[in-house]
Amino acid sequence: MIQLPIYLDNNATTPMDPRVLEAMLPYFNEKFGNAASRNHPFGWAAEEGVDYAREQIAKLINCSEKEIIFTSGATESNNLAIKGVFEMYAEKGNHIITATTEHKAVLDTCAHLEKLGASITYLEVKADGLIDLNELSNAITDKTILVSIMYGNNEIGVIQPMKEIAAITRSKGVLLHTDATQTVGKIPVDVEADGIDLLSFTAHKMYGPKGVGALYVRRKNPRVKVTAQMDGGGHERGMRSGTLNVPGIVGFGKACEIAMQDMEKDTIRLSAMRNRLEKSLIELEESYINGNTEHRLPHVTNISFKYVEGEGLMMAMKDLAVSSGSACTSASLEPSYVLKSLGLNDDLAHSSIRFGLGRFTTDEEIDYAIECTKKAVTKLRDMSPLWEMFKDGIDLDAVEWAEH
Amino acid sequence: MAYSEKVIDHYNNPRNVGTLDKAKSNVGTGLVGAPECGDVMRLQIEVDQNNVITDAKFKTFGCGSAIASSSLATEWLKGKSIDQALEIDNMDIVEELALPPVKIHCSVLAEDAIKSAINDYRVKNGMDPIELPKSHH
Repeated sequence: MIQLPIYLDNNATTPMDPRVLEAMLPYFNEKFGNAASRNHPFGWAAEEGVDYAREQIAKLINCSEKEIIFTSGATESNNLAIKGVFEMYAEKGNHIITATTEHKAVLDTCAHLEKLGASITYLEVKADGLIDLNELSNAITDKTILVSIMYGNNEIGVIQPMKEIAAITRSKGVLLHTDATQTVGKIPVDVEADGIDLLSFTAHKMYGPKGVGALYVRRKNPRVKVTAQMDGGGHERGMRSGTLNVPGIVGFGKACEIAMQDMEKDTIRLSAMRNRLEKSLIELEESYINGNTEHRLPHVTNISFKYVEGEGLMMAMKDLAVSSGSACTSASLEPSYVLKSLGLNDDLAHSSIRFGLGRFTTDEEIDYAIECTKKAVTKLRDMSPLWEMFKDGIDLDAVEWAEH
Repeated sequence: MAYSEKVIDHYNNPRNVGTLDKAKSNVGTGLVGAPECGDVMRLQIEVDQNNVITDAKFKTFGCGSAIASSSLATEWLKGKSIDQALEIDNMDIVEELALPPVKIHCSVLAEDAIKSAINDYRVKNGMDPIELPKSHH
């Protein structure tokens, strides 16, 4: 029996793996101690849980457990990395390079720093969502202190060439931060092999709990330091004060352990389901996949169904929990800036739907999703004036629209 | 954001979806909005010799509220004279569909579509177009 609605929004968040929940439970009431309480067994038990989790997490990205700084999530990690580097390396320079398709946690942090005197370069991406390495290389100046490029994109799943990016930043002596929120736990991420200096990630995108994330901060070759953005008791080697979220951290650790163990299996299963979904849906006329399909996370696809509007479409797919690049509110008629960065026209960006599969997605659910989406697109096109005009051979670009 | 029951009803069972022959002199067509803005409405009226609207059809590219607003508009138009139809105010639509503030622009678009369809009919039949208020969004 298939249960409705079907959750296909795993890029927004994932359900917790029951194994993660089980690992966390004792830390709410039995082992409730403060991990910073050094002089009694309650504190020790909590600390032990944190230490173990730190190892599990470090192993997944191939770093030392001393290089993991716990935070409240990837947004905080991105803030700490970028603001922390900006403050710490102020003497060296004030120039930061990022890309237009980054998450708002990076873009808005950079915008904030611009007001404080930072100079920010926003690299445009190519039509497939990848940055141009030459452009990156040319953008670096003697004032550049940081390059922040996301690993896998949240909307289209495109994976940036991290090794090649690192080769450039390394050769120019610039730090490399990556927002790997969507990537860690999904594909192998190795900070040593990749050459990453700072990396943001979070538990709830990989079947762990919400409210806990981490920033990887490289300790050697080179030794990286960030200025704390949260002052207090000096936790996390002085880089992030605040009592540790012990149950969350334990869950994060378990989630990483499971990810490591199940990654290959999950990837094979998820990419097969994703490809099947995608193949069926682009059989619909005038449907287009957004972003590079070769360098892409295994569990996501973003498709534009031309001549239908995403929000209206989602309403017809009410048994599917997906998301759209269209935002139809008076506050914002702007469609997804990520899709626009790929050079998509606004109308195509308005017509996009993101399907994010997850560990608990089943083949039956994909069958249902295919049928439901096809029906919805057909229904909406039957009532779309644009579809009718297209079918009548009218060039929509030549129409003079009554802009409003 | 949750939609009101009336929006859902109009969305699931849209009234009067379709196309009238825009070449006919007694058919008025209004096409408003723009694909880049995420909503386009086409509203058509068929008018008899007494200037009474006998039929209305729509097609809309847009969100649920935009579809519901145009569906409701076609329902209201049928049986009204073109002068009465001009009195339909976007806030009547907002009220009837319980549209939240962020969706008011959908009702504005529907009102624009009605007026634009009536003007098309008027011009086709030798009448002066009525002055359209400046779009307010």
